[in-house]
Amino acid sequence: MEAKSVLSTSNINKFFYDPVKMQVLNDVSINVNQGEFVSIIGKSGCGKSTLLYILSTMDTDYQGEVYIDGEQMSKKTHDELAHVRNEKIGFVFQFHYLLPEFSVLKNVMLPALKLNKLLHEEIEVHAMKLLKDLGVDNEALKRAGQLSGGQKQRVAIARALVNKPLIIMGDEPTGNLDKKNSDIVFDIFREIAQERGQAMLVVTHDPDFAKRTDRIIEMGDGKVIN
Amino acid sequence: MNILLLAQIAKTMLLARLKQSVIAAVGVTFGIMMFITMLSFMTGLNKLLDGLILNRTPHVRLYNEIKSTANQPLVLMDKEGKTLNMISSVKPVDRTPQIRNSVAIIQNLKKDPKVLGLAPKLITQVFYNVGSTDVAGVINGIDVLAENKLFYFSDYLIKGNMEDLNTMSNTIVLGKGAAEKMLVDVGDVIQVTTPKGARYSLKVVGLFQVGIADIDNVQSYASIETTQKLLGVSRNYLTDIQVKLKDLNDSPDMARLYAQVYSCDAIDIQTANAQFETGSSIRTLISYTVGITLLIVAGFGIYNILNMMIYEKMDSIAILKATGYSGKDVMKIFIMISIIIGLTGGFVGLIGGFTLSTIISNIPFNTPSLPTVKTYPVNFNPNYYYIGIVFSIVTTFIAGFFPALKASKVDPVEIIRGK
Repeated sequence: MEAKSVLSTSNINKFFYDPVKMQVLNDVSINVNQGEFVSIIGKSGCGKSTLLYILSTMDTDYQGEVYIDGEQMSKKTHDELAHVRNEKIGFVFQFHYLLPEFSVLKNVMLPALKLNKLLHEEIEVHAMKLLKDLGVDNEALKRAGQLSGGQKQRVAIARALVNKPLIIMGDEPTGNLDKKNSDIVFDIFREIAQERGQAMLVVTHDPDFAKRTDRIIEMGDGKVIN
Repeated sequence: MNILLLAQIAKTMLLARLKQSVIAAVGVTFGIMMFITMLSFMTGLNKLLDGLILNRTPHVRLYNEIKSTANQPLVLMDKEGKTLNMISSVKPVDRTPQIRNSVAIIQNLKKDPKVLGLAPKLITQVFYNVGSTDVAGVINGIDVLAENKLFYFSDYLIKGNMEDLNTMSNTIVLGKGAAEKMLVDVGDVIQVTTPKGARYSLKVVGLFQVGIADIDNVQSYASIETTQKLLGVSRNYLTDIQVKLKDLNDSPDMARLYAQVYSCDAIDIQTANAQFETGSSIRTLISYTVGITLLIVAGFGIYNILNMMIYEKMDSIAILKATGYSGKDVMKIFIMISIIIGLTGGFVGLIGGFTLSTIISNIPFNTPSLPTVKTYPVNFNPNYYYIGIVFSIVTTFIAGFFPALKASKVDPVEIIRGK
């Protein structure tokens, strides 16, 4: 059975104009299939994060095409892109990026409440289950600001998972964590990809982390090298 | 559902920075409170000042001016208008200030649906005799009940009893200044000389004070019957018919109409007291200007605080956007925040304004010129409260709109990568 493509790009080019015109991405074409755990590695400034933000639909200033779940992104309005992010993409950032004013549980629930496919109670049950899977269910009612770094990152993963997205993107998700927490996060990702069939696309500069993924996309000077 | 969710997020963000939110709301509260208090107080004072003149002025006054006829017999004779007629030194003949056919006019006016009420009057010049000197004065012969009902005469009575004018003959209510000149008080008897030279004794049954020296020193009131007796005229002899209309703005038209129909002179309140109208509307304009300025200042306060809040919440905005909230959603959240601030602040402002107005309306205010006014006048007009709340919502909406627009345009990539 041929694996279904959840994310693909064709010939992405991107330029920075400030301070001088510079090409950051040069004809990047990649593909990620369902259930695949892919990492993007490369030196600082090689454009790997820039690529990730284009793939995330948040950066719309590029040439070329991005397809998510077979749909062309360049033709969509900002509101439609927001909906795509809400429904099909989950994010995990290097820094936790939880909303500090809200409780841990509410942080996880917010994207699902926006999607509004389930009832409030169902979302709450689902979010609690995710927190439990990630071992942070005891912290559910605390303010997000009160957690430790590792816990915050696990909550952020729960939030990324709450809408059962097709693909989860991570920008150095373990970059700010110690070895132990970093391993925990990796194991969670591994499990997500294998058991839930959700694709993982992670930008990292940690070669150990990358080695353990299904596939490595290596970038250099705005091009896919490997 | 979506809007409820956004409202919930707005609420959480507001409560997370409760102190800031409260400060912003207090700005609005203060603005609205002062707006309402100022307007209520200013218009209360306005009403009082205008009332000094306007309450006592008929909307239309019918009278008969002593002047020569416009249509002299010579002009009437020359129907073709081919000759140039010149008459010099024309004098009025046989004209008295009496309104002719007054009984029929009064009956007619009473049937007019636009007329609220009318009070007939007979005005005559007299001299008050103080020892061997005479002081010029005016006696207004009034229908006591009608005068009181339409022109609140008893409000100005500082001593004595109005009713005595009706129940006792040969009685008079003197202006306070006039009474002081004559050194008389209630119960004393004064002498007056009529224009025809007759002398009468009148008993003082009351003193009034309107706060205008020209009136208090000169005018006095007696019943119509007493005045008719002084002048030795018939019971139909009246010099003025004062008409109060249901709508003050009809006065100029009605005055023209009456002058034509009843062939007498008629003057309307707007013509007679134009300066009060102007003064009052300018005072109101000033209070509105100050009130609205206060609200605009409060609006800038909200603008500042929301702007600051947005800088603080950049991270949160970026996350919301990354997880699928659109720019419009973010904008709605911040507009809701500002409207919540505006509504709460405005509502508390209404209560504060009402409280402050109530306090002011209970502060003693004793002035010799206004005997019936004991506390500061405040106009509790619900319109100011409506304007206040509407304006607070509008200002906060505008003040919140631009920061919200900015928030909706925050680029999440810049924030997330910037760390």
